[in-house]
Amino acid sequence: MLQKNFKRHFIFLAIGLLLLFILNISFGSVSIPIKDILNILFGNTETKESWQIIIINFRLPKAITAVLVGSGLSVAGLLMQTLFRNPLAGPFVLGISSGASLGVALLILGSSLFGGYFLSNSFSNWSLPIASSLGAFIVLFAVIIAANKIRNTMSILIIGLMFGSLTSAIISVLSYFSEAAQIQQFIFWSFGSLGNLSWPEILIFFIIYIFGIIATIAIVKPLNSFLLGENYAKSLGINIKKNRNIILLITSLLTGVITAFAGPIAFVGLAVPHVARMLFTTSNHKILIPAVLIIGAIVMLICDTIAQLPTSEFTLPINAITSLFGAPIVIWLLVRKKKLFV
Amino acid sequence: MNIDKKHIVISTESLTIGYQHKKQDKIVLSNINFSIKKGELVCVLGKNGIGKSTLLRTLSKVQKPISGHINLEGKKLSHYKENELSKKLSLVLTERLPESQLTVYELIALGRQPHTNWLDTITANDTKKIELAISQTDIFHLKDKRFYELSDGQLQRVLIARALAQDTEVIILDEPTAHLDMHQTLNIFELLKKLALETKKTIIISSHEINIALKMADKIVLLKENEMQFGTTDNLSKANAFDNLFPNNLLIFNKTLQQFVINKS
Repeated sequence: MLQKNFKRHFIFLAIGLLLLFILNISFGSVSIPIKDILNILFGNTETKESWQIIIINFRLPKAITAVLVGSGLSVAGLLMQTLFRNPLAGPFVLGISSGASLGVALLILGSSLFGGYFLSNSFSNWSLPIASSLGAFIVLFAVIIAANKIRNTMSILIIGLMFGSLTSAIISVLSYFSEAAQIQQFIFWSFGSLGNLSWPEILIFFIIYIFGIIATIAIVKPLNSFLLGENYAKSLGINIKKNRNIILLITSLLTGVITAFAGPIAFVGLAVPHVARMLFTTSNHKILIPAVLIIGAIVMLICDTIAQLPTSEFTLPINAITSLFGAPIVIWLLVRKKKLFV
Repeated sequence: MNIDKKHIVISTESLTIGYQHKKQDKIVLSNINFSIKKGELVCVLGKNGIGKSTLLRTLSKVQKPISGHINLEGKKLSHYKENELSKKLSLVLTERLPESQLTVYELIALGRQPHTNWLDTITANDTKKIELAISQTDIFHLKDKRFYELSDGQLQRVLIARALAQDTEVIILDEPTAHLDMHQTLNIFELLKKLALETKKTIIISSHEINIALKMADKIVLLKENEMQFGTTDNLSKANAFDNLFPNNLLIFNKTLQQFVINKS
C-alpha cells in the first residue's frame, strides 16, 4: 500500500545514478573529454580509436560491474535483514562471503600444499569465479540444512557467524603454510576489484543477477508479511519454510557471483538498506527493493570513483574504500537515529 | 436442533492437546469437547500453565493435536491448506512485533494479504474493508502513526483491526488484555463484545481477567486439572464448576454475584 508519493525521491535518485555513471566513466589514467565519452557511448565512431577501446573494453565494463555489485549486494542485505528481522544481518553475517573466500583461498593457497595439482601460477579466467561460487554454495547448503532443522532464526544467524569464523580459521591455517607469493595473490583478490571483467563474464554475471532480482520482486508479498514476525506471516497464509529457502537461495546466488567476480566487498550489503529506510522512512518492500537497487548502485559508483581519483595512475582497493565509508555511515546512522529498523 | 447445528462455526471432538515428542507425548489436557456458534464471544479461563495457550495454538493450527479433531465450518482443521485457513481464521498474538517502520494503516492493510494478488495490490474492495476495520475499532486518529509510537492499549486495538481486515469467520486472541490497566482491559472486552454482536464473527480469547470474562463472555471454556467444562457463566455457576478453582481458598466464588471475591477471613 503506497501512502506517500515517493516519485520525487526516485526521479532524483535515478538522475543521480545516471550522472555518477558518466562521471565514473570519465575518470581514469587517460583523460577523455566528456563530449567524446558521450559520443562513444551513443555509438558514434568519429573519435579516436584508442579512446573507444578504453571506454568500451575497460571503463564501461567496470562501471556496469560497479552497478551490478552495489545493487546486488544491497538487495542481498535487505533480504537478510528482513528474514532475520535483525538490522545487523547481511551477506557477510551468514558466512556466505566467507565461504566464497574459502573457495578462492583453497585455489590460490592450497595449490602449494597439494602440489602441482592446481597448476599454481597459471589460473584460467574461470577457476576463480568457479572456486568462489562453490565455496559460497557449500556454506549456503550447510546453512539451509541447519535452517530446516532449526526454527529459530536467531540460531541460524549465529550458525552463519560460526561458519564465518570457521572459514576464516581455515584460511589462516592455509596462509600459515603457504608461500609469500601466493599469500600476496590471495590478499590482492581479497582487496576486491571491479575492473577485470570481460564482456562474456559480465553477461554471465548479469544473467545470474537478473534472476536474483526477479525472484526478489516475486516474493515481495511474503517479505512484507515477515515484518509482522513468522507466526503472523503464517496466519496470513504464507509458507514460511518455502519462502525462507527462496530468500537464502537468492542471497547466496547474488553474494556468490558478486564475490567471485569482484572479491569480498564489505559493508555495502549492511549499510545500504539502512540508508534506503532512512531516506524513504518506510519498511514496505515495494518501495525498498527499487530504492535499495538504485542507492546500492550509486554507493558503489561513488566508492569506485573515489578509488581511482587520488593519483589517477592506479586504483585503491575497492574493499578498503567501502569499509572506510561504510563503517562511519553505520555509526552515524546509529548515533543520529538511535534506532535501526528492519 | 438442526438450525442450531448450522450456526456452529468451530467445534472439537474428544480433543487431546499437548506436545509431541519422539519417546512419549506430553499431554496437557484431554477430552476437550465444545461447539462454538457464530457471533459468540468465548473466553478460555484457567490457572497459569493449565493449557490455555496450548488450546488456542491447537485451535489455530500452530501445533497439532495429540488426538481428536477440530472442525472449522464443517471441515476438519487438519484438511485446511495454509492460504485457505488464512481466510477463515485470524490471530492476535502476545508476541512483540519486530521493530519496523510500518504505519498503523500499513499494518492493518497487511491483514488483506490472504485476499490480494501476488503483488499484494490493494483494490477498492480491500480499501473498503480496511477502512471498515479502522472505524469498527475507533482508531481513525491513529492511522498515520507508526506502530511503535502507540501505547499498549492502542496497539491492541490496531492488532484487532488487522484481524478484522483479514475478514475471517473466527478471530482468536491470546491474552489480549495482558499488560493493560483495568480501564483499558474493560475497553478491549467491550470492543470484542460489540464486534461479536455487530459483525457476527466468532471471537475466542484467553484471559486472566476472570471476573470481567464471567460478565462479558457468551460462553466460558473452563480449564481445570484433568478436565474442562463449557457453558455460559450461569450454567457453570449452577454446576458448581467454579468452586475450588483456585487453591488455598484465597479467592472464592460468590454465586449470587457470579464473581470471584477475596476471602477475608
